[in-house]
Amino acid sequence: MAYRAAVGRQSYVFADLKTLLAKATPLRSGDQLAGLAAGSMEEMMAARMALADLPLRTFLNEALIPYEEDEVTRLIVDSHDAAAFKLIASLTVGGFRDWLCSDAATTPVLARLAPGITPEMAAAVSKLMRNQDLILVARKCRVVTRFRNTLGLPGAMAVRLQPNHPTDDVAGILASTMDGLSFGCGDAVIGINPASDSMSAIGDLLRLLDALIARFEIPTQACVLTHVTSSVALIEQGVPVDLVFQSVAGTQAANASFGVTLALLQEGLEAGRSLKRGTVGDNVMYFETGQGAALSANAHHGVDQQTVEARAYAVCRAYEPLLVNTVVGFIGPEYLYDGKQIIRAGLEDHFCGKLMGVPMGCDICYTNHAEADQDDMDTLLTLLGAAGVNFIMGIPGADDVMLNYQSTSFHDQLYIREVLGLKRAPEFEAWLRRMDITDPSGKLSAGQGGQALLAAMQDRAA
Amino acid sequence: MKTPDKPASTAQRWAELAQLTPARIALGRSGASLPTREVLRFGLAHAQARDAVHEPFRPEGLAADLAALSLDTVMVESAARSRGDYLRRPDLGRGLSEESRGVLAARRGASDLAIIVADGLSSTAIHQNAAPFITAQLPHLKRQGLTLAPVVIASQARVALGDEAAHALGARMALVLIGERPGLSSPDSLGAYLTFAPRPGLTDAARNCISNIRPGGLDFAAAAFKLAWLIDQAFKRSLTGVDLKDESGSALEGGKQDAVLPAP
Repeated sequence: MAYRAAVGRQSYVFADLKTLLAKATPLRSGDQLAGLAAGSMEEMMAARMALADLPLRTFLNEALIPYEEDEVTRLIVDSHDAAAFKLIASLTVGGFRDWLCSDAATTPVLARLAPGITPEMAAAVSKLMRNQDLILVARKCRVVTRFRNTLGLPGAMAVRLQPNHPTDDVAGILASTMDGLSFGCGDAVIGINPASDSMSAIGDLLRLLDALIARFEIPTQACVLTHVTSSVALIEQGVPVDLVFQSVAGTQAANASFGVTLALLQEGLEAGRSLKRGTVGDNVMYFETGQGAALSANAHHGVDQQTVEARAYAVCRAYEPLLVNTVVGFIGPEYLYDGKQIIRAGLEDHFCGKLMGVPMGCDICYTNHAEADQDDMDTLLTLLGAAGVNFIMGIPGADDVMLNYQSTSFHDQLYIREVLGLKRAPEFEAWLRRMDITDPSGKLSAGQGGQALLAAMQDRAA
Repeated sequence: MKTPDKPASTAQRWAELAQLTPARIALGRSGASLPTREVLRFGLAHAQARDAVHEPFRPEGLAADLAALSLDTVMVESAARSRGDYLRRPDLGRGLSEESRGVLAARRGASDLAIIVADGLSSTAIHQNAAPFITAQLPHLKRQGLTLAPVVIASQARVALGDEAAHALGARMALVLIGERPGLSSPDSLGAYLTFAPRPGLTDAARNCISNIRPGGLDFAAAAFKLAWLIDQAFKRSLTGVDLKDESGSALEGGKQDAVLPAP
């Protein structure tokens, strides 16, 4: 059905729900590339006004991508918690924004509501929200997950230590890992993007990380980011796999372009849990997403990229992940053109994920052909720190020498901890203290960072 | 980490670790922050990578270098009219402009291989590395007895433009040499993409790729050898793409890769 809004004497018609959502979306290059963006600023505001008046329950009656054609739609519809939704069932999208910003929407209330929120509802309300609303509301949402430590607690922010190396050189990866640990990074996961797709090379890296974690009794988890089918095969071979990784997107066709189905993800979840390697919990999945993935696979069904991205969180949510990471600026300027668009997208993704009950982290990043630089990353890091992001990346000097992009560094996480007083996962924090990497206040021990680790390494070598 | 109050052995140990990886480790710190020298070193690397993306392409210089190798050249442009267009509209960079289509149609003939040199995302890579790499490749092509179409020099071009260009020239195979997305430590990386039976509308699945060709990455001689091997196999088996595995190389896969990194 069509949606309408009048601005003065000009009237705007939006052919269907997905068109209305697309036209209401803050401007980004990916929607322009797809031919979905509003034609004028006024049209964008007209769409937002029409969207604000739309009853939330509309999203339960009108699918953006047909139920029959798309298993992600089926997952969203079939798993919707009508009882949880009851609390907001009478609201419009605009009324939902007002309610979210109000004192009625407390942390426990939002947690109970999460299973009643579909990705389309989250995306829709985000389009009416300013950056400060996205921060304010996300900060009230808490999603706590556990494997060998506890992530997502209030006042805490974790870091994925990402020690990539262009040829997977074991000594090089270990050197970056030691540097990262000495900066107090690695509580979210020590996660390697391998350059090679060779199963034996990936197995070697997993054994390396397993030995490292065992040697120093580090309360954290390891991951080598490879296809879910590879992780399942490695598990069958007896390789020590902590977390099962997969890139996912918000449509069945986009997931097919990644070589995954919901059934395969379920298989990955069961294989990961079968090893029982977690000590304090069994959240074993690690997902990565990012706006533009569906469009780049020509699998977006005419839905704007931010809404499709929120649908990816419905996929993640079904498998009780430890970590969900939106790799926000990685895809390039044809999807998010500049620092402004990347910052907005990072805040939207974090908000939508958290509202839906997903443990969102963010790879705050950009490529060299985007109109962005490290100043933009500082800004997004500061905003996401304020918004309560579960985790960020820690990459040596913010320069990933394997994937050729820039993210946040070991130093950057120290900066945001100092400015906002953010703690690490408590188990990891205690370990750092035991290793004398940090002092009792949680700051790095003066000038001595990593000396204990180094000494231990040398003992081993001797 | 090098701080003055530390025993020399620790600083030394970190310096040794830093030798093990090109990653920026053991940088030291000023409080929580990067030391000034590292802020500047990073800023310079980023500046160079940005310049590589936006440096105006100089096709005439390349044409002169190739003429010195006795190679015939033809210059074309994509449908993207500016760098801004190119970055926002990958679809335009994948096709020839109307005018360039005509230029290539006039040069149509029968050949085994069309080499297309495209600026891609790094003019720097082409300016520095295209002619030396072609110099390294030519003896292999000669040994293989392949006939060459005129070398196409393409501005504001993405990989897929090569398929259309080679098709227009009547070549049996397309070899695209293109400036790759510049990394902070590698603003000059050249990528080589090979397509058998090139024609408009093919995807990356129909191509083989060798990436990171540059001094300090995969050197010219090694890359030329790999490429010659692939060309040989492609003609023997009448295919390129996912069914032709480069047995000497390793495909990049996993994590952020499959998060949708399209070819330049």
